[in-house]
Amino acid sequence: MSATASPSLFGALFVRDLRLALRRRTEALLPIGFFVVAVALFPLGVGPEPQTLRQIAPGVIWVCALLAAMLSVSQLYSSDHADGTLEQLLMTGGSTTLIAAARAAAHWTLTGLPLVVAAPLFGLLFDLSATALRVLALTLLLGTPVLSLLGSLGAALTLGLRSASVLVILIVLPLSIPVLIFGSGAVAAVDAGQAAGPHLSLLGALLIVTALGVPPATAAALRISTE
Amino acid sequence: MSGQRLRFFTFAAPSRFYSLSGSLLPWLWAAAALLAAVGLYIGFFVAPTDAQQGESYRIIFIHVPAAWMSMIVYLAMAAWAAIGWIFNARMASMLARALAPSGMVFTLIALATGSFWGKPAWGTWWVWDARLTSELILLFLYVGYIALVEAIDDVRRADHAGALLAIVGAVNVPVIYFSVRWWNTLHQGATITMSAAPKMQSTMLVAMLLLTFAFWAYAFAVVFVRARAIVLEREHDAEWVRGLALATRKST
Amino acid sequence: MLSAVPTSRPSVESTFTFSEPHLAARGLACRRGTQLLFEKVDLALRPGELVWLRGRNGRGKTSLLRLVAGISTPEAGEVLLDGTPIAASDERSRRVVYLGHQHALKDDLTSAEALEFLLRIHGRPSDRASVLAALEHWGMLAHANAWVRRLSQGQRRRVALARLVGETHASLWLLDEPFDALDTDGVQRLNALLLQHLQRGGSVLLTGHQATLAPALPARELDLDDCAAA
Repeated sequence: MSATASPSLFGALFVRDLRLALRRRTEALLPIGFFVVAVALFPLGVGPEPQTLRQIAPGVIWVCALLAAMLSVSQLYSSDHADGTLEQLLMTGGSTTLIAAARAAAHWTLTGLPLVVAAPLFGLLFDLSATALRVLALTLLLGTPVLSLLGSLGAALTLGLRSASVLVILIVLPLSIPVLIFGSGAVAAVDAGQAAGPHLSLLGALLIVTALGVPPATAAALRISTE
Repeated sequence: MSGQRLRFFTFAAPSRFYSLSGSLLPWLWAAAALLAAVGLYIGFFVAPTDAQQGESYRIIFIHVPAAWMSMIVYLAMAAWAAIGWIFNARMASMLARALAPSGMVFTLIALATGSFWGKPAWGTWWVWDARLTSELILLFLYVGYIALVEAIDDVRRADHAGALLAIVGAVNVPVIYFSVRWWNTLHQGATITMSAAPKMQSTMLVAMLLLTFAFWAYAFAVVFVRARAIVLEREHDAEWVRGLALATRKST
Repeated sequence: MLSAVPTSRPSVESTFTFSEPHLAARGLACRRGTQLLFEKVDLALRPGELVWLRGRNGRGKTSLLRLVAGISTPEAGEVLLDGTPIAASDERSRRVVYLGHQHALKDDLTSAEALEFLLRIHGRPSDRASVLAALEHWGMLAHANAWVRRLSQGQRRRVALARLVGETHASLWLLDEPFDALDTDGVQRLNALLLQHLQRGGSVLLTGHQATLAPALPARELDLDDCAAA
């Protein structure tokens, strides 16, 4: 009976989260549904002129992806907190950082990854070129993990609070602005015939820094919230 | 049932802070008033009219100090909150909480005055230039902090959660500023910057400095007042607070 | 102030009474909000010992249990597991089993899956055979593939307690209201498990309101009503 090996804890948690989400398929897909509706609202609000739509597309898709990712994030820890699982996870002696990383990874797989797949389809609605769509998918691939990580930090800070869902959005949105800027900037650049390289490098750097720095911060937040 | 008073390891005992700040307050108010009066006089009456912007540029004497203070207060807030978290120092956490609303007010002043400056110069009430936009995001950071600490009932959890958020925010500020400047230069045609400030003559610099110090003194005064109120509220069970209340009741 | 008060139960001779304590807690104080719940609580769990934590509602029994488990940090005092502070101990997961008042069973998993997850994250044997054997010990084998949300409170308690079945060595059990919602049969099974555990040198700290412990169990009492902060 040895202490739980780290990969085992990460794996067990990740698999459990996916399994739970599969059992509640409709709920798991709600953020995507929100994304679809929100994106469709813009042409309705702004007018169907292709030139305008093409110009606002990167920003619109990115903002809607941001909001969709934030929607489900506040529930990340609340259910485990309510039924005592979080206590058990903290008791395992496994690194809390690893637990935080596993939850963020599961959230991204369930919310971020579908967005990466779905978003370019919506890019078509806005008449973006093929190159632009490719870059859009790439920026979302690099950027949505950052959103999941930041969101999990917000969820850990607001654990068990009444207005947690709105509070998370309020806290996390300012911090996600760099991602938004670089992400939509890359697509806009490509659309204007420029290189997306610098933007993508910045996104990549942001991803690395966030992936290294945020899980420990989330672990600290979990400890603060369960004290 | 009344609980026993808690004995944290204190960076500075709340009672000592209370008496110290109490004696400093009159001086701080006086300094703020004096510096503000002189600074505003120089800025609005003595400093020469700008060739390009006329009289309207004078708003920067308020805008710039307010913007500086909003940044400094955020860093101070994050620093005190961090100290309160790491060393379990109650007083440090209380100072952080007291700093937040003032920081937010300075940010609002900076935004409003920036807006007043922009209107005569550019014809719009708002311009999305890098500095103003960063200031706006700073406002969001303040709002997020205040919303978080107000939402948590348990005082200690609120203090520590706020500390973590403030630190994360402080670390992010350079990133956010950089990304906003990047964003600003990306979009052609939006070559709007507020840095079209007039060349600073010595009188203007003097006015700016005086008003900056005035803001400092004012900030200290206001934060002390707020912190004292927080101290009284949190330490209401302590002997010295009860003694104070008794003495006040007797004198009225 | 007070340590564990002498029990009024008939004491049973234990061959382990003079061994070193597994777990020692000294001068524990606990905070709720801005008040102290209790302070200066001393506790020692020696091999073969069972300590029954008593006190009125709100006295901090669950809080004390969480402190002893190392989940929360005490306001004052320390908890040592074999000499090392428990929060820093590598042995905690291996040596301590903490069953909180809530079951930690997810509604959308089957009882077998939920139990398997808990066993697995704590490094216990979590293969299908072990899981089913544990469920069978508690008479829950028929419900192995039933959704947790369909189980009654008593049934969920049984599944949660099934974690204890696979414990074969002298670990420390920290149980928060383990008898809650159990019927007579369940109470008997738990008492049997506890006795078995104590006899192989394990120790138990549990909370509970009613006197459901079997008289045969050698129990000391620790009454938090006596340790309350002034």
